[in-house]
Amino acid sequence: VSDFLGALADIFSADATYNSAFQLAVLFAFAAVGEWVSERSGALNISVEAMLLAGAFGAAMGFQLGNLAIMGLLVGMAAGVGVASVQANLSHRLSADQFVVGLALNVLVFGLAAFLDSAWGPGPARAATFEIPLLVDIPLVGQALFGRPWPAYFVYAFVPLMWWLVFRTRWGLEVRASGENPQSADVSGVDVNARRRQTIYLLGITAGFGGAFVVLGQVGQFQPSIIGGRGFIAIAAVLFGGWTLRGTVLGCLIFGLVEAVAIAAPVKGYEVDPFFLDAAPYFVAIVVMMLFARRVREPAALTRPFIRGLK
Amino acid sequence: MSATAAPPVPSTQLTQPGRFGSTERFAVGAYAISILSALFLSGLLVAMTGGSATSVFDALLDGSLRSPGAWGLTATTMAPLLLVAVGSILSSRAGLVNIGQEGQLILGSAFAAYLAVRLPLHAAVSLPVTLLFAGFGGLLWAGLAALLKRRFAIPEVLSTLLLTFIAFPFTVLGLRFQSLLGDRSERVNHVNTGEQLPEDMRLPNLALFGNQIDSGALLAVGVAVVLAVVLARSVLGFKLDIVGKNPRTAQRFGISATRAGVLALLASGFFAGVAGGVLLTGGAASDRFSAGYSNNFGWDGLLVALLARNRMALAIPMAFVFASLRTGSSFLASTGVDRKITDVVQALLVLALLIPPALIFLRERRQALAATRERV
Repeated sequence: VSDFLGALADIFSADATYNSAFQLAVLFAFAAVGEWVSERSGALNISVEAMLLAGAFGAAMGFQLGNLAIMGLLVGMAAGVGVASVQANLSHRLSADQFVVGLALNVLVFGLAAFLDSAWGPGPARAATFEIPLLVDIPLVGQALFGRPWPAYFVYAFVPLMWWLVFRTRWGLEVRASGENPQSADVSGVDVNARRRQTIYLLGITAGFGGAFVVLGQVGQFQPSIIGGRGFIAIAAVLFGGWTLRGTVLGCLIFGLVEAVAIAAPVKGYEVDPFFLDAAPYFVAIVVMMLFARRVREPAALTRPFIRGLK
Repeated sequence: MSATAAPPVPSTQLTQPGRFGSTERFAVGAYAISILSALFLSGLLVAMTGGSATSVFDALLDGSLRSPGAWGLTATTMAPLLLVAVGSILSSRAGLVNIGQEGQLILGSAFAAYLAVRLPLHAAVSLPVTLLFAGFGGLLWAGLAALLKRRFAIPEVLSTLLLTFIAFPFTVLGLRFQSLLGDRSERVNHVNTGEQLPEDMRLPNLALFGNQIDSGALLAVGVAVVLAVVLARSVLGFKLDIVGKNPRTAQRFGISATRAGVLALLASGFFAGVAGGVLLTGGAASDRFSAGYSNNFGWDGLLVALLARNRMALAIPMAFVFASLRTGSSFLASTGVDRKITDVVQALLVLALLIPPALIFLRERRQALAATRERV
């Protein structure tokens, strides 16, 4: 046991652990906070995985337009919105089942990205690192929080912005009403399905950005396995957070840290069975949900399609 | 429509034919346009990447049906897809969203791989036992999801998905130990591959017009037909439908939605597991278990169920279509188009076929509303 604790202490005292933890947390945050907004409106989108992957591939393609990271981000977000618009219109305009649409989109984008990647093969794409002076010198976490590729810093503005949007605007109130009691919202003049579609477009933008960040700020090149189920972990983070914003962000940090530890252990020379490393993020996601799923209350109309006149 | 609260489709037509003729004609037109659009988009994609859509189509047909022995292989490949689809249909009829078939299937294969090389019995006994054991493996994995749902209120959408990502490293773990799935023979290079199945532990083939058809295909079709009858004609099937369509009504009729849900989820895992066993003992994949052995059979089987709109009988031809895309894709190398195009075609078909029923539903609703307005 003391060996184990010593190893953990060793891993937790390394800069690299926090670096990769924060990198992953940024990805999770863009996906999970966007999904959080959408779930507050009553829509659950497992296609967030597809949006992340589309964002990642879009970023790799966009970067080729003049080797600009900003183009990568823009094309990545556009690709995310493209996937989102299919989910939004099929599920919340034509009232097709949202899980079926999400699943089909996941398969479609995975096939499409792999197919186009083998046909076009976009090369490496990387955003420049920007270090914030002074703050970057903080021991242990300075590098992780303030010495990142520049798109990462958007997360500091993004999370408060989403809070403001959901809790301090009329639109946000209507979104929450759509998620809690769509029938009442409807008779009050709120277009429930329009609000849901809008939150999904927003998710497309944020998840597209998150996916683009994985390519531009983390891996530096597109691979079909680049997202590898992290979108589903982002959904688990929303549940872990009990549909609160701060809980969701905390969930992202925890899941980021778990995966970072799994990455750091073999690098540091500790013999851990690969099973535990590969399964760790998903295993922890399940355990964490076991602890919290009963104690939180989901938006009352979550996953219930809204069709006027039908309950 | 599958899953949670699918809107009930009005069965009787309330008004005279609308602008676009009768509902039947509208439906045929909508389906035709959707399918053609999906195929057109796929062709466009091939053309965009510098391939030829007609030669791709030709190669797919050659690989799946026209070349010697091809349709037998396609029928063989259909077996695991159909078994997965059958299970998926059961769970979504009960209103549950099991989307972890890929993990349940690989667990089934792993369980089969363990038992198949260890049973000292005659093949006529040990083959069925192995398949049942494979089903047990899938059932176990789905059972975990059921437990997480009932005890811990974790939605099965999430748990089945996350469990899939645990199933993969779990089977790799098994492959590292010779006492579990690891190869016990003296082979030099056996990293991440299991032991070869003995000859008599392979499902017998049926020779038909020069084609070798796996008996697994007959099993799968048989199961689908039997369950189609059970769902349509028995009290059990009726109960399942009530639970799926309206759990509150079910409760009032004294049907436990919880129990039906758990049973449906277990059955769905069981059939995914059997599919894994058929995959291992049949001719659709290698006779040696390996890491990532499921090779998307679980996901594709789930798509078959979605494509069949949760009707058992329809799942049979749909599974054959998907199997054709799979066997046909091995002929794509000559056209220079990556075989991943078939994944795209499959998903596009599923998405395209979601649209017509939704349009029909909305149209009937609009007509019904118009009728009530006329009456006032």
